[in-house]
Amino acid sequence: MVSRISPAQMRSRRIRERMIETLLFLCAASSVLVTIGIVAVLLVESWGFFTHVPVATFLTDTMWTPLFDNPRYGILPLLSGTFLSTMVALCVAGPLGLTAAIYLSEFASPRIRETVKPVLELLSGVPTVVFGFFALLFVTPLLQATILPNLPGFNILSAGIVMGVMIIPYIASLSEDALRAVPQALRDGSLAMGATKFETAIKVVLPAAISGVAAAFVLGISRAVGETMVVAIAAGQQPNLTLDPTQPAATITAYIVQVALGDLPHGSIAYQTIFAAGLTLLLITLVFNIFGFWLRVRFREEY
Amino acid sequence: MAFEVVADSLGAQAKDSSKTVANIAVRRRRETIFKICGLLATSFGLITLALLLIDLAAAGFPRLSWDFFTNFPSRRASQAGILSAWVGSLLVILTTASIGVPLGVGAGIYLEEYGRRNWLTSIIEINITNLAGVPSIVFGLLALGLFVYGLGTGRSIFTAGLTLALLILPIIVVATREAIRAVPAALREAAYGIGCTKWQVTRDHVLPASLPGILTGVIIGISRALGETAPLITIGALTFIAFLPDSPISSEFPFVSFSWLFDGFTVLPIQAFNWISRPGSDFHANAAAAGIVLLAITLGLNAIAIYARYKLRKKLQW
Repeated sequence: MVSRISPAQMRSRRIRERMIETLLFLCAASSVLVTIGIVAVLLVESWGFFTHVPVATFLTDTMWTPLFDNPRYGILPLLSGTFLSTMVALCVAGPLGLTAAIYLSEFASPRIRETVKPVLELLSGVPTVVFGFFALLFVTPLLQATILPNLPGFNILSAGIVMGVMIIPYIASLSEDALRAVPQALRDGSLAMGATKFETAIKVVLPAAISGVAAAFVLGISRAVGETMVVAIAAGQQPNLTLDPTQPAATITAYIVQVALGDLPHGSIAYQTIFAAGLTLLLITLVFNIFGFWLRVRFREEY
Repeated sequence: MAFEVVADSLGAQAKDSSKTVANIAVRRRRETIFKICGLLATSFGLITLALLLIDLAAAGFPRLSWDFFTNFPSRRASQAGILSAWVGSLLVILTTASIGVPLGVGAGIYLEEYGRRNWLTSIIEINITNLAGVPSIVFGLLALGLFVYGLGTGRSIFTAGLTLALLILPIIVVATREAIRAVPAALREAAYGIGCTKWQVTRDHVLPASLPGILTGVIIGISRALGETAPLITIGALTFIAFLPDSPISSEFPFVSFSWLFDGFTVLPIQAFNWISRPGSDFHANAAAAGIVLLAITLGLNAIAIYARYKLRKKLQW
């Protein structure tokens, strides 16, 4: 028995199909609205800020004290804090992540790889507030007890180290993807010439995958720049124009948290500072993200 | 003269090859050293994770008791608990999931099954990649400026849930797309062949086949949302809450109430942050205990997701 579909049923079916497609399209398009919303909110609130504070002052003044009686609005101290913590994180995550990636891609047996990768992924599932706790109450006391007895309780160094540990899985897995994408023939050629596996990995595979590895680093930097809770907890919240990682210093993100914890009246200039800071943060991460993706696409070697 | 040059170069070669022989041992040793370094670097993350767990357990385990789960936060560390925090986390995540999952899965379906290759689709794609790289605190600023003050949803569970839903949107979209892409075209063609419409194919064949993969992404997204602190602090979540939101179940018809959506709230990571920021080891022990609870949930969820994906990869053989 064949049931036939009447023209009316056919029409209602077509309408339903069209409605569902529109609905799904709206879901997809909503993500664009989110971006527009982010940019619009940051621009509008920052506009209010920049009508009070000239952009030149914002970028060159060396003091950031918006909540004081005589406020100064120089973003440089926050930038130096962000830069320092990111550098420390990169010094930890860069070598460790890359070494782990080379090991996993070139040396480890498939069994080790299959066991280690999920556990590394687990590391990225740890809430950042827990990492902050670890930085403040484990890493800092450890550093104080061993190599840096004069380290203050809040400092960029331990926050940066823990942030580095946080982005190891990220850098390791992106770098490993890049290394594994290098064709086997290149390795075989190198090994046939008498190079050891290590020499092959360092002198043949790594150079061939260098753009992917660089992209992993750049995207890791972007992660570290935007990381909030670890620095807010362990690095102190005093803006501090310094290049010494053993000092306490606030990052852009830590400043936003600090202000949000207080109760600032909506529309005040102090309220607007967090949007100006957020805009700066977004621009920095955007530059790194675009640069990272560009590296990945532009220099992807086609074999 | 010429003879000397040749002799010299031969001598150099001989020296070179003896050097090479000696070098082989060095080169082998170098490789072994690197292997050890690689193993250490790889296990560094694991060692840190272990240290972190031990540190947390040592500090917080004594505080874990039934009371800790049923008490409100308090000025006295020994009486403080996480009742309002875990209830808040639960309600926020519920809101996040009910907004984020349909939106993310819908977007994923559109991009994989419906979207034509045109400029609009590529803008959406690029946009989602970009959103994944936006720092979480910026989502908090969006929520503060747009939801809290613009739309007037207040510092409520609804605002928090919506914010986190937008935050995990890219995760869910990417997972959905990957899961759908793994469904073989033959399945779709067979369904089309017997006269299914596009939506019927998607709903009855593509979605069920890709469901495990989608769920894995959803779980990872949820666990990420559970641990997020910064965007919720930014919208002004309170850190000290000694009351519960309205009950979602009411005694009168229609028996469910949604007034809790617009109540103030706190969540587990914010409660933990609040305790960490206080001086004194008593509150730090509370923070550690809250951290243990949080970590148990997020790591548990992650482990489930990773295990499910692993099983899936083994099973998936079309």
